[in-house]
Amino acid sequence: MLTGCSVLSRGFLAPAGPVAAAERHEFFFVGAVMLLVIGPVLLLTPIIAWHYRLANTKSAFRPQWGFSWILEGLIWVPPTIIVIVLAVFLVGNTVRLDPYRPVPLSRPPLQVQVVALDWKWLFIYPEQEVASVNQLILPVGRPVHFSLTSGTVMQSLLMPRLAGQIYTMSGMTTQLNLAISEPGTYWGENTQFNGDGFQDQKFQILGVSSADFDRWVSSTRQTPTVLDDKAYQNLSRQSVLPHPIAFGSVEAGIFARISHQTIQPGYVSQHQDAKSHG
Amino acid sequence: MTIWHFLLGHLTWDSLVFVRAWRDPTTSEVIGGCAGGIAVLGAMFLFGLITVLGKWRYLWTEWMTSLDHKKIGIMYIVFAGIMLSRALIEAVLMRTQQAVAINNPGLVAPDHFAQLFSTHGTIMVFFVGMPLLTGLINFAMPLQIGSRDVAFPYMNSISLWLTVGGGIMMMASLVLGQFSTGGWSGYPPYTELAFNDGVGPDYWIWSVSLSSLGALMTGINFAVTVYKFRAPGMRWMRMPLFAWTSICTAVLMIFAMPPLTVATLLLAADRYLGMHFFTNTLGGNMMNFVNLFWLFGHPEVYILILPPFGIYSEVVAAYSSKELYGYTSLVIATTAIAILSFTVWLHHFFTMGQSAGINSFFGIMTMAIGIPTGVKIYDWIWTMFWGEVRFTTPLLFSLAFMITFVIGGMTGIILATPPLDYMMHNTLFLVAHFHNMLIPGMLYGVIAGYYYWFPKAFGFRLSERWGRIAFICWVPGFYLAFMPLYVLGAAGVARRTQELFDPAFRPWLIVALLGAFLLLAGLASLFIQLYVSIKQRHTTQVPVGDPWDARGLEWSMSAPPPEYNFAVLPEVTRRDAFYWQKKSNAAYRPADHYEDITLPKNSMCGVSVGLSMTACFFGLVWHTWWLSVFGFVVALGTVIARSFMRDVNRIIPAAKVAAQDRRWLERVGAAVPIPRQLELTPENEGLADVRND
Repeated sequence: MLTGCSVLSRGFLAPAGPVAAAERHEFFFVGAVMLLVIGPVLLLTPIIAWHYRLANTKSAFRPQWGFSWILEGLIWVPPTIIVIVLAVFLVGNTVRLDPYRPVPLSRPPLQVQVVALDWKWLFIYPEQEVASVNQLILPVGRPVHFSLTSGTVMQSLLMPRLAGQIYTMSGMTTQLNLAISEPGTYWGENTQFNGDGFQDQKFQILGVSSADFDRWVSSTRQTPTVLDDKAYQNLSRQSVLPHPIAFGSVEAGIFARISHQTIQPGYVSQHQDAKSHG
Repeated sequence: MTIWHFLLGHLTWDSLVFVRAWRDPTTSEVIGGCAGGIAVLGAMFLFGLITVLGKWRYLWTEWMTSLDHKKIGIMYIVFAGIMLSRALIEAVLMRTQQAVAINNPGLVAPDHFAQLFSTHGTIMVFFVGMPLLTGLINFAMPLQIGSRDVAFPYMNSISLWLTVGGGIMMMASLVLGQFSTGGWSGYPPYTELAFNDGVGPDYWIWSVSLSSLGALMTGINFAVTVYKFRAPGMRWMRMPLFAWTSICTAVLMIFAMPPLTVATLLLAADRYLGMHFFTNTLGGNMMNFVNLFWLFGHPEVYILILPPFGIYSEVVAAYSSKELYGYTSLVIATTAIAILSFTVWLHHFFTMGQSAGINSFFGIMTMAIGIPTGVKIYDWIWTMFWGEVRFTTPLLFSLAFMITFVIGGMTGIILATPPLDYMMHNTLFLVAHFHNMLIPGMLYGVIAGYYYWFPKAFGFRLSERWGRIAFICWVPGFYLAFMPLYVLGAAGVARRTQELFDPAFRPWLIVALLGAFLLLAGLASLFIQLYVSIKQRHTTQVPVGDPWDARGLEWSMSAPPPEYNFAVLPEVTRRDAFYWQKKSNAAYRPADHYEDITLPKNSMCGVSVGLSMTACFFGLVWHTWWLSVFGFVVALGTVIARSFMRDVNRIIPAAKVAAQDRRWLERVGAAVPIPRQLELTPENEGLADVRND
């Protein structure tokens, strides 16, 4: 059972960044308020039902009683006040934790472009001109800004210990902001079902120091592979990769071409292959 | 094009699940083959049994062609029971898969698993939830408002057979081809040709279309019935709460089903006609589908929840031996929920990248719906206050509902908070939440209503013992099956996952699996309850018709009710009409004057329209165009032919009504009034002793 209880350490209840930490805080706040609301129901339902049971001849019986202004006030007004209070917090938190809003840290954000593919994640670092698949290496303590699109069906990127999810859609770009506050290995996944390899579409996030990040960038640049249109087309065919891969250089503007759909994604040619075979 | 291609469309040997299992006998395919086999053998067994018993004529004349709202209601529930059995077995299979598939592929392949969650969801919403409620409303609501039938009995029959047709298509997908893998919501572009060129999404589109067409007509039917067919004096604020929830649900159906039909038909246009409404390319935009779908989908939640709220209102009052507390509050809350349900659909996709302002608005509206819902719970609690509560099966389910539902309400408010939804969306937390709303909210209510009205429908009570056994299975079963999913969801486990990669999840998944087995046992106990109750029906007869000392007009006639419901339409003078009749000794009185009663004749037109539309849509799935054209022509022809028929009614002469009423009143006279303490004993003939209150 001990291993069982540790599952929560995989989610946002064990946050590793300011966004997830704020969401955990809000979770406990909303949960506590709601416990106050449902507590009376949990108590009153069994107590009243049992006290007024048929066999209890001592309890009062007033079959024609069906209204009381005081009770009406009690059941309408406090819940309304609670919802108003929650609503005020909701607006504040929704604005503050808007995935499009940069994480308020002094350093400029690292730009990462994300392409959701069947069944893998492509991460492009435009400033570093490298790319990786199914592995995301991020420097600790620096905000990260993601631009996301999809080279296939709609998907949803969730990194539970870091930030909430956002959809990725073909022909469109969405955004997400987060930061990692402590070094470690985290995981991310697609949560929107997209076919046979869906359950395998997970990836590791390595939170490393700035120096280690720079080291990783320069070692990756040594890799001879180039992420160009052809490589992207191959990559975007439906497949599950056995292990992460890296691209030592990235053709300029490839993310824009993917999100503007000027590169034909792999599924189209795959589909045509299937047709011509059939 | 060969003749075979013309005749069969895309159907080939490989479409048969048995052929696939023979050629590629993996566990997954064999399970699929067995499921198909059960469907085929089950259908053959049923046909054989009816033939051997010589019951075809009886079934055809007494049931299938009947336009009697009570029989149509019962058929809806029988149909839903069959579909529920399949969908629940699928749920157990999915739970088993997840419990064993930790770092190994488990029993079913990803494609098969995806069909399981897609059919499970589609069936539970469209072919279990809606038919169960439509069935109960059909049976009880006209009796409650003092009507002889629904407004359009023939359309009622068409609705039933369209829904049954959708169910037949769901069953056919077990044997021929395969079902969609796109989930019950069928989001494009995944369900577009570019990604899924098989028949799966087509099965989904057309079976859901059949159901949504049927539900739209049902909504119109119920709404007109409540607006126009109430008994004299049955003013709005005198209607039983269940009738209120029926009218609200009907209005929701009228406004919520068309967006779904539009969404599925536009998707069909993409798939069949090469259009680009929701495709990735050429200007398609799947966000339009998502909006249309949830513009239907959220009111749909309340279509499923409001009628059970009505049932709880009836049941808690009846078994608390007391007036409903806060009737006006409950009416206001019901209508408020119905209206607000159209203002929250966006919370199903907070994560699509809208601005914080839009997300905040829909989050607040979602929380606002919690207010009237909470009011309802308190109204039921105060209904028990100063009452005499009898812990019968329906009341036990109602109590379990109140306690469990508020837990779902709590997680609902959590999910309504956009930043929290970013974390929980698409995870098992969400799965746990909506099961937490629908199993206690909808299913417990239906079980309560089924137990409560069963004696009215069939003239004998259900076994209390087996009702309690069912309760012991359904309630702990729910907690075991779904509480672990909250934990896993908070840990970030995505829904619809065929294989998991972390052994830490295993204990939670095993507990959930045990819960699923317990829920299956709950369903089995309901079937055993039915069997046992039929066996011992001679000791549980309630011919007088009021076994629970209840309050609404539906209890004022014999059980089962005469086909015309009321020998003479009642004059309603206040709320809880029958209760006050009993109090003032005005119940069980012969009328001064009986009149001829006009009822609709049986008609095969409903069966014809429903099943030929099914053939039409089945033809579309397989590109068997002749079948589609044929089915459509027969359906249209039936509608036109029926519109020329003049002789569609029959008259029941006043003398016959009077005689039947007199016989029943003699039976009433011979019955012994029993106090509530004895309502579960064989002495209960359906005549309540009302001297004590």
